[in-house]
Amino acid sequence: MASALLGAVESGLLYALMAIGVYITFRILDFPDLTVDGSFTTGGAIAAVMVSQGYSPVLASLCAFIGGLAAGACTGLLHTKGKINGLLSGILMMIALYSINMRIMGKPNMSLLGTDTLFTAISPLYLMPFVVIVIGGLLVCFLHTDLGLAVRATGDNARMIRSFGAHTDNTTILGVSLANGLVALSGSLITQQTGFADMSMGIGMIVIGLASVIIGEAIFGARSVLRAILAAVLGSIVYRIIVAFALRVEWLDASDLKLITAVIVIVALFLPSVQRRLKQNKVAKKRSAELASMTFEQPKGGERNASHF
Amino acid sequence: MLHISKVSKMFNPGTPDEKIALMNINLHLNPGDFVTVIGSNGAGKSTLMNIISGVMAPDHGEVHISGTAVQSLPEYRRSRWIGRVFQDPMAGTAPRMTIEENLAIAYARGKQRGLSFGVTKRKRAFFYEQLQRLGIGLENRLHAKVGLLSGGERQALSLLMATFTEPQILLLDEHTAALDPSRAELITTLTENIVKDMKLTTLMVTHNMDQAIRLGNRLIMMDKGRIILDINEERKKTLTVSQLLGEFEQISGNALSDDRVVLG
Repeated sequence: MASALLGAVESGLLYALMAIGVYITFRILDFPDLTVDGSFTTGGAIAAVMVSQGYSPVLASLCAFIGGLAAGACTGLLHTKGKINGLLSGILMMIALYSINMRIMGKPNMSLLGTDTLFTAISPLYLMPFVVIVIGGLLVCFLHTDLGLAVRATGDNARMIRSFGAHTDNTTILGVSLANGLVALSGSLITQQTGFADMSMGIGMIVIGLASVIIGEAIFGARSVLRAILAAVLGSIVYRIIVAFALRVEWLDASDLKLITAVIVIVALFLPSVQRRLKQNKVAKKRSAELASMTFEQPKGGERNASHF
Repeated sequence: MLHISKVSKMFNPGTPDEKIALMNINLHLNPGDFVTVIGSNGAGKSTLMNIISGVMAPDHGEVHISGTAVQSLPEYRRSRWIGRVFQDPMAGTAPRMTIEENLAIAYARGKQRGLSFGVTKRKRAFFYEQLQRLGIGLENRLHAKVGLLSGGERQALSLLMATFTEPQILLLDEHTAALDPSRAELITTLTENIVKDMKLTTLMVTHNMDQAIRLGNRLIMMDKGRIILDINEERKKTLTVSQLLGEFEQISGNALSDDRVVLG
């Protein structure tokens, strides 16, 4: 049990960068970016090819990040300059990346057994907290710079930030690239940890990212950017713990995982709105009962007055 | 300061919905002018604002700000000359960001946005001092999310954000119209003081006739995409609302029809 828990924390930290990427597009830019499913694999593919050819794992991870940046920039360009709907530009890029990823790897899957990766010398459990803190910290700082504020305002009130002189096309492209860079970096880390890259490793990644962000926000809150990024990281870990528990249930298969993920996201999106509606109904009932009792008393007063005459 | 010559704009040209929004508009504002703009629905007031700020490009004509031809520059590049407050109190601020972050965004108007921190100690002190001028206690809520403010508070903040970096031109687009009367009065007073203190060249669209006469040193009236009346400071001093309405009827042949018009 303890080892399963540690394993969950470990993969939670590896996927945390992906969750942070999804937080940037989904929450900051208010842009549901499906490129993630493709760019995650792109990161894995670049890392697998480079590491297996003997390049330094650090360089390979960096190149994976850059590959993700490029993929995100393409999605951003399609959406802003091409005026294509955000969801559709993500889907288009995701499909295009499938072929590109195949070109990068040259075959549908690739093993890294026997090669040196980032995690050969040091366990992810020790290295990843450090990596996540540094990258998360840098991102929090960036989001408080003049440029970062402009990116955040783009998702919050695009008209306002244009009137203050920021080019919202550029800030959108910047945000989407950065997000996909982090997603690809996460993909490269997963490949190096499992020693395996596969064409289908990115499928459903966007939903896992959303699940992490939403779970994190629900449990830890998202009042400031720092809190929200922390929530994405912790949400990613909690998600892996939920998955670890789900897999221990006898009648569930590993292939049921995607269904479980979808259900988690649906419940997480559904619950707050139901709660709000119930609360509103309750308040409305109480208020209208109050108002009704007030109007009921008035005619009584009128009658009394009438009897005086 | 602001020079508009022969500007025309048409919507949906060549379709049954074709509409002339502006027809051959000429307007010149001297530095420090505070011009109020009134007119019926669809007179072209908002289109004029949008053309000056660069939200739309004119079909014809030129717009000069401080001697620079700007008619082909996009909105984000013109913003270094222009401060703007919208009618919708939600439009001028970013609700999920804090008051000081919103001010930092406004502070960076006309500058290259780089990787230095948006809110620094020095800037925070400056923001505090600026917010005090509004006199509504926002200076003690620098870390509050703007989404938590009331419409009036948000509009006061928008006004400050549009003006504290001393724009060459200030555009006010019915910026008190969506507020209740007491808050509208507060924003009007703040506007008057800020414009006077900073000697801003201002163009203010309003549907409040009394406000249009009371504020500023010049009044223009628009109808069907044209400027039909231009009243200078001398005449404005003795002008009354009924005179203004009479004048409108005489020139345009119709009664002033603005469904939100406030006669004051």
